[in-house]
Amino acid sequence: MKAKKAKVFRPTAFAFPYLLVTAIFVIVPLILVLVYAFRGSDGSFTFNNFRQVFTDKETLTQLGKTIGIAALSTAICLVIAYAVAFILASQPFKKMAILALLFIIPMWINFMLRIFALQSLLAVIGIGKSYWAAVIGMVYDFFPYMLLPIYTVLVNMDKSYIEASRDLGANPVQTFFKVTLPLSFPGVISGISMMFMPIFSSYAITKMMGDMNTTVIGAKIASLFENVYGDYGYGSALSFVLLIIVFIVMLVGNALSRRTAKVPKGGKA
Amino acid sequence: MNKTSSKVYLAIRWAVLLLVLVAIYLPLLMIIVYSFSTSQSVGGSFGDFTFRLYSKLFENTKMLSALKNTLIIGLTSAALATILGTTASVGIHYMRRKLRSAVDTASQITVVNAEIVTAMGFFLLMIFLRDTVKVPVNFSLWWLIITHTVITTPYVILTVTPRLQQLNPNLLEASMDLGAGPMKSLFTVMLPQLAGAMVSGFALAFTLSLDDFVVTNINSFGANIDTISTYIYSGIRKKGIPIEIRALSTIIFVVVLTALIVYNIVKNKKAKKMAKKA
Repeated sequence: MKAKKAKVFRPTAFAFPYLLVTAIFVIVPLILVLVYAFRGSDGSFTFNNFRQVFTDKETLTQLGKTIGIAALSTAICLVIAYAVAFILASQPFKKMAILALLFIIPMWINFMLRIFALQSLLAVIGIGKSYWAAVIGMVYDFFPYMLLPIYTVLVNMDKSYIEASRDLGANPVQTFFKVTLPLSFPGVISGISMMFMPIFSSYAITKMMGDMNTTVIGAKIASLFENVYGDYGYGSALSFVLLIIVFIVMLVGNALSRRTAKVPKGGKA
Repeated sequence: MNKTSSKVYLAIRWAVLLLVLVAIYLPLLMIIVYSFSTSQSVGGSFGDFTFRLYSKLFENTKMLSALKNTLIIGLTSAALATILGTTASVGIHYMRRKLRSAVDTASQITVVNAEIVTAMGFFLLMIFLRDTVKVPVNFSLWWLIITHTVITTPYVILTVTPRLQQLNPNLLEASMDLGAGPMKSLFTVMLPQLAGAMVSGFALAFTLSLDDFVVTNINSFGANIDTISTYIYSGIRKKGIPIEIRALSTIIFVVVLTALIVYNIVKNKKAKKMAKKA
């Protein structure tokens, strides 16, 4: 009986092609990044690439600038998206399904075309390539991705929490800060994570809309690979540092959303 | 709240929504309007209303080949991702819990990772395969199709898995117990049930592929292949993007808008039908 069962096809085998693809195209590249990061130009093991990352003033400035523009753009986008989501989730707008769709639609239009359109408009109003133009570009590009998770949480929120807060004597402002905002935190976190890290790679926007001083770290990494004699070791070490940042941001995000998920004790959630 | 203040509140909320909508659509609208003008810059003197840019678009072989590449890469990689992602979802669904969570984590790597790191991981893999393993491969259209398949497959899995969880867990085994082979069971029993989710997964993979820039930019290295994204990027940076791009943009905006509106009408009709049945 047992021997017979071993011969029987197991449905898990359907995942094998995907596992093979993941091993070759996801795991092996990560190993290669690691190998190149610790490999000198002569092929020997070295920490030089990392030393270079942490002593090169230009790279450190770029990393700082990246975090700066990512934080600033994300914060601006969050405020606007939250206001729009809050309004869309309130009456009478809640009933107008098409209205919310209008705000999400740009998600399906090629982002480079949208940036091109935005750049043309800004040029008409007289805003040329600058730091703030790049920030506007980021906000414009990521807006639907920030809006969607916040809107989804707000529109599905159990209104009895808000009614209870009002019944217990809280004014609208208190209700917003003590009830609505904490309850919408999972959407906020997911919106932030859809924007903050991706900005690190958004060198297309900074190069098309920003001035010479506006840059993200993705531009640096791309430049290290763009020419034939690219510095793969340095690029890999830098990517490895980025991997660590991604990991930290993810951990912080998870911890935050787990903590806030506990807020409505005894509720449906 | 008294009546006037609630009216004022409503007016303020409308104003905010309209302001944001104008900010979102004004740039797109301007491109559409100026696609009927031969003015050198958007916002310049409009001149005569003309379809010149549209006829010019069909003479611009570089722009058309960028469009063609974008569609070939998008459709092929989305099809591959749908096949790979759906079979993977079925397989993962029947895995033991520990193994399942390990595979789930692995499939999330490219989703959470910075795109530039994923992109150069692919780049290093190609260098490794070509120069160290000496496989006769190089950066090419096929390489872009493969990389796009790899980055979009996790999204197909994310789309198909919830549908799979709604199905009767014994469906596949019942079919196999009744004598159908695994492939026949997959095709005649599982896939028809997953068809809707597969279509959504395909659409998602397709749009993600169309939107991609970073992976394409790094991995078209030396291959001289442009997609719409890389074409506009290099055009704007070199200050030489032909003005017929406005005609192409307009066509894309209109196609996307029509597709989304039709999709939502069909979806609403279906939902109404379902509501009637229930």
